[in-house]
This record gives sequence, structure tokens and C-alpha cells, in this order.
Amino acid sequence: MSSALLYALAGVSLFTLGLYALIVHAHLLRKILAINVMGSGVFLVLVALGGRTTGAEPDPVPHAMVITGIVVAISATALALALVLRVQAATGRAELPEEPLE
Amino acid sequence: MSAAGRSRHSPAFRWGLLLLLLTVAGGLGYALLTLPDQAVGLSEQVSANMATSGVQNPVTAVLINFRGYDTLLEMAVLLVALLGVWSLGSAEVHRRIDPQPVLSLLVGGLAPLMILMAGYLLWVGANAPGGAFQAGSVLAAAGILLLLSSKRFPVRLMGWPLRIGLLLGLGTFTAVGMTLLFVSGGFLQYPSNLAGALILFIEAAATLSIGVTLAALFLGGRPQAGPYR
Repeated sequence: MSSALLYALAGVSLFTLGLYALIVHAHLLRKILAINVMGSGVFLVLVALGGRTTGAEPDPVPHAMVITGIVVAISATALALALVLRVQAATGRAELPEEPLE
Repeated sequence: MSAAGRSRHSPAFRWGLLLLLLTVAGGLGYALLTLPDQAVGLSEQVSANMATSGVQNPVTAVLINFRGYDTLLEMAVLLVALLGVWSLGSAEVHRRIDPQPVLSLLVGGLAPLMILMAGYLLWVGANAPGGAFQAGSVLAAAGILLLLSSKRFPVRLMGWPLRIGLLLGLGTFTAVGMTLLFVSGGFLQYPSNLAGALILFIEAAATLSIGVTLAALFLGGRPQAGPYR
């Protein structure tokens, strides 16, 4: 098993862990953290698979895409956190209601 | 996980969840294991065109030159996210705390060093790992450190200077791209003798904008125009 494959499989594990937490936890902050863990798994897979080149140098394109992805993930997280604060201010709880709002 | 969180889900739900997660992990793992050892990537095209890119670091070349569109639109994503945060309300006025002398001294020493570090990362990005995003993150970290230790940014910086800082990266990137569209006939197609200078110029503006945007995102709302109480 090559090291690139090992890292990629670790990325899949991270993604699955994040998916578990996203489904199980109701608190919105935990959901945001879970999505970030899932994103980290995807980035790990991308970077690892970029190493499967014929030459010595890894493929720079997935690396550039991961940098792009990290920044998008940060900004999405910040927006999500601001939305959670608004939900908390409006309903008093940082959870989505079980039944639809009136 | 708390006991309350555990009891919320029925056993059937938990077995179903386990099945779902095993299917996802198994499917993704199988897909990875059946991939060929050598990928037909774009690394050969990148290394064949490095001479015309104006920089020596292939990641920077891909980011700003070969796939410049991605990075341009990513700057727009950052800005849109900030607009979203600002539209949700204004930043809370935090109670003024008196920072301990150790914190004051540490932040006072660290912030200039971090700004220097950001400048170094920006410069070294042309031929080694580094670049606008890394430099911008360090700059944002310096700004967040200053905000946390209740160092005040002057109120007059919170109006137009802040907004110009936010727009500088996207504005410079678009302006260079549009200029090149009219001069050399292709959006963001740098002439190879000017590419290095143009990339550094764009990255410098982008670093400042990324730093300011991330620090502003940390505030969690539109900064209030009035003086802090």
C-alpha cells in the first residue's frame, strides 16, 4: 500500500466521522464543526491523490484547488457561525426546531 | 456525547446510521483502492509551461496564472461571505477589558513580527511554498490577536479605509485582467516578461484583502460607525 493511498483512506475516515457527527448532533455549532471535519477529509484525499504522478514532483493542480477550498470553507464557516448566532438570538436555542416553524 | 444526546435516537435509527456510514466509507474506500497507481494529471502541462508563468513555485503558477479564474472568483466568494455576515447585523460591542501587562507586551511584540512574516510569505511564494493566501491568513491572525487583546483600531479606519481594504484584492485582480483583455487580447493572460511582476502585484493586493476580510469575518457583524463604549 503506497503512502498516498494511506493518506487518502485516512481522508475517507475523516469524512465518514464528520458525516456521523453531522447526522447525530443537533447543536448547530457541532454540525458546523462536523462539516469542517468532512471538508478536511476531502482536502486530505485531494492532496494525497495529487502525489500519484509519474515524476518526483506532486501534481500542483490539486494543491492549488485545496488552497482555494480552504479559503471557501473558512468563509462559509464564518457565515454559518453568524447565522447560528442569529438563530440563537431569535429562538433562544442553537438548534433547528424539530417541527416546522409557524 | 451526553446521555441525553444518546437517548434521543432509537436503536433502529442507530443501526440504519451505521449501515449508511459503512456504505459511504466502503464505497469511497473501494473507489480509492481501485484507482491506478499513476494518475494522468496536469503536472506535465504545468511543468511544461512553468517557464512562461513568471514564478518558480508551481502551486502559485497554477493559482494566479494558469487557473487565475478560480482565484479571482474565490476572492469574490470571500467578499460575498462577508457581505452575508454584515447583512445579518452589526458587530456586538464587547465590554472593554483591561489586558494584563504580559498579554499587552506579547501582542505588541508579536503583531509586527506577524506582519513581517506575512510580507515574507508573500514574497517567497514566487519560488517556494507560500503566497497570498498563507500571507493573508497570518495577517488576519495578527488582526484577530489585536482584536482579542482589546487593542482598538481607530474608528476612522472602520469606514471607507476598511471597505477599500476589502475590495482591493478583487479590484486589482479584475483591473489587471481587464487591462490585459484590451492590451493582449485575453482575460488574465499575462505576457511572459511581465508575468512575475503582475503576479506579485495581484498577490500583494490579495494578501491585504484576505487579511482584512478574515479579520472582519471574525468580528461577526458590520463594525459600528460610532465610537466604542
